[in-house]
Amino acid sequence: MAEQPCVDLSKTEEILASYPHEEPSLIQVLQDVHRAYNYLPCDVLVRVAMVLDVPLAKVFSVSTFYKAFSLEPQGETIIKVCMGTACHIRGAGQLVEELERKLGIGAEETTEDLQFTVKTVNCVGACAMAPVMIVGEKYWGSAKPARMEKYLAGGGEDED
Amino acid sequence: MRIESFDQFKTLQAEAGKRDEAQPKKILVCCGTGCLATGAKEVAEAFVHEITERGLDVEVGYGVKSTGCHGFCERGPLVAFLPEGLLYTKVKAKRVPEIVEKTIIGETIIPGLLYKNPVDKKRIPAYEEIPFYKNQVRVAMRNIGRIDPTDLMDAIAHDAYAGLAKALFEMTPDEVLDEVELSGQRGRGGAGFNTARKWRSCKAAPGDRRFVLCNGDEGDPGAFKDRSIMEGDPHSVLEGMIIGAYALGSHEGWIYVRDEYPLAVVHLQLAITEARKHGLLGENIMGSGFDFEIQISRGGGAFVCGESSALMRSLAGQTGEPRAKYVHSTEKGLFDLPTVLNNVETWAGIGAIIANGGAWFASMGTEKSKGTKAFSLVGKVKNTGLIELPMGTTLRHIIYDIGGGVLKDRPFKAVQTGGPSGGCIPEELLDLPVDYEKLTEAGSMMGSGGMIVMDDRTCMVDVARYFLAFLTEESCGKCVPCREGLKQMLAIYDALIEGRGNVGDIERIETLAAGMQLGSLCELGKSAPNPVLSTLKYFRSEYEAHIVDHACPAGICRDLTAFEIMPDCDGCHACTKVCPTDCIAGEKKELHVIDHEACISCGACLDVCPTDSIRTFPKVELAAKEVV
Repeated sequence: MAEQPCVDLSKTEEILASYPHEEPSLIQVLQDVHRAYNYLPCDVLVRVAMVLDVPLAKVFSVSTFYKAFSLEPQGETIIKVCMGTACHIRGAGQLVEELERKLGIGAEETTEDLQFTVKTVNCVGACAMAPVMIVGEKYWGSAKPARMEKYLAGGGEDED
Repeated sequence: MRIESFDQFKTLQAEAGKRDEAQPKKILVCCGTGCLATGAKEVAEAFVHEITERGLDVEVGYGVKSTGCHGFCERGPLVAFLPEGLLYTKVKAKRVPEIVEKTIIGETIIPGLLYKNPVDKKRIPAYEEIPFYKNQVRVAMRNIGRIDPTDLMDAIAHDAYAGLAKALFEMTPDEVLDEVELSGQRGRGGAGFNTARKWRSCKAAPGDRRFVLCNGDEGDPGAFKDRSIMEGDPHSVLEGMIIGAYALGSHEGWIYVRDEYPLAVVHLQLAITEARKHGLLGENIMGSGFDFEIQISRGGGAFVCGESSALMRSLAGQTGEPRAKYVHSTEKGLFDLPTVLNNVETWAGIGAIIANGGAWFASMGTEKSKGTKAFSLVGKVKNTGLIELPMGTTLRHIIYDIGGGVLKDRPFKAVQTGGPSGGCIPEELLDLPVDYEKLTEAGSMMGSGGMIVMDDRTCMVDVARYFLAFLTEESCGKCVPCREGLKQMLAIYDALIEGRGNVGDIERIETLAAGMQLGSLCELGKSAPNPVLSTLKYFRSEYEAHIVDHACPAGICRDLTAFEIMPDCDGCHACTKVCPTDCIAGEKKELHVIDHEACISCGACLDVCPTDSIRTFPKVELAAKEVV
């Protein structure tokens, strides 16, 4: 434990200060941590466990149970491909394949340069526009594999 | 202003009403997640800019309002004009100046922006006349699309908190319970448990501290009604919860919202802050002496957390693992204290039930399923979106009259309801009146109101496999029947779609399903076999084709399907452009040919072919073809 932490813990302290130091705060704290660091760094988990007085094993268990958390650093831009039923039957799988061809990574993987992470998610609730893909904050409805370059570049208005 | 009495609330209501009437001309821009994705924010900004620039806001009293989801997401961004009731679809920001010029100032309609009815190809100017809207009856979604969800006064002008005021000042907690009982409302989250009975059971539990929770963890893929309610009318949810808390004598509440719904969290948080500021939430609500606080908890992204006991564990900061149901959460729920958990749509209906009376609600619907129900109508249907209808409406009416029929007029195959716990309902049951009992009898369930329409290009084995894969991923792993049952079943399905199926597989699936239904701890596992059993029941021949002939009749399962281009191909190149492996050859205006070696059977070509000249055939026939 004597080693220096490899991440800046000051952000963690700020987050911890805004919640009551008890177990029910755990998920909320981890969510904020995830947002701040783009993943859950190990040192942060140790600190969270200590401050909230929750066993580290439990913090780890929660961190791996929920889909929103990753223990690995995520890419700068997160690409979410919706895998809801409506998207599935309207060809969401083809979007994932096209991403694999374009970026060389499969679902739940990150490009080596840490630019993109591809995630498949269970229904973002925009089913009427299936299939849906979210690049960063931008939603693309009726997404087509042929337009992938445009989606990745993040620009332009949807044509229809 | 903080409201300190019933009279002050009435004054505020009158003020809000006056403010609303002072500006009869409004432009409503739908800013639900769907329309935002297609650029609604830019459209709203363009309208504000254009209206202010031309001074129309002062001279004519024009107002631009960003509202919640109008439901008709596929046609977004949607813009409605009041008082005319005109609706424009697919509005782009760059067309806003033209719209202001022609429609607002010139008072003429731009036909190209009107909704075109896919049934008779006629354009319909009026919102109310569009079949998609005409046939709806809105209770839980009464104000969505009409109000600005970030504006409390706008909500109050549209009767928000009127039910709460009535409950607090004119009714005792027991009278509130009686009224809810009279309404016959049942849980809108899926299982359909009677709301009043749940409340009474919690109220009867010993102890002084009890909780009121809202389940906004809408996990069913294909359902988004709760998202739209939380985004579009967050006050209806708060109002329902406060009324419930008053009836139960609870002072603490939580709303558990999916992490995938960021806009819902923002709007709910804003609504809570505003309500608190005006004395509609917090200490001494409206001066009645009743205290109630609501907090928001963001879920961690786990489907199982929609299950009540898992949700409560997650709220307590733990992993979302359900517990056995012999302990009722109404007695021992969150932190082991009496707890009432209701779905977003359930809470959203409560305010209207109290304001209009339980009898009003009960006058709609069927004998055992009262009131209205929200559905998300999606999949291969022409009009996709969010609808609310009286219980007992037939599937045919929903899919054909409201939905406009199957996309591209392809043959209807099935409609999937109830998410991963539901099933697929075939064409012969299209006249089924939709209520809790009828859907369960058909081997499906209500669930959170997702209705996914499927056409002949949908493989039922693949659909069942899709849900199994979903649930295998989402099973919390606590109990063996669910964890292992799903895994084994998925392995069989993988074999089926890859052409490795064996005679006896169907029976093995049925045995596993029976074991899971009997032995699983929570509803996730118990209901997991529903998509499997319902597709087996209605589409058994499709399974047999996969096993015996190694063929996928719908042409979806890639390992079993090959594609070919028919002689009527006009060589338009539409397919070559979308083919991800560039395996289609042929000169422009000449017959194209698919290279079977390179083809990955993705079907992209078939979906874009304008002349319907691409057909699928079983891959096993490929060898025979090559010999010829």
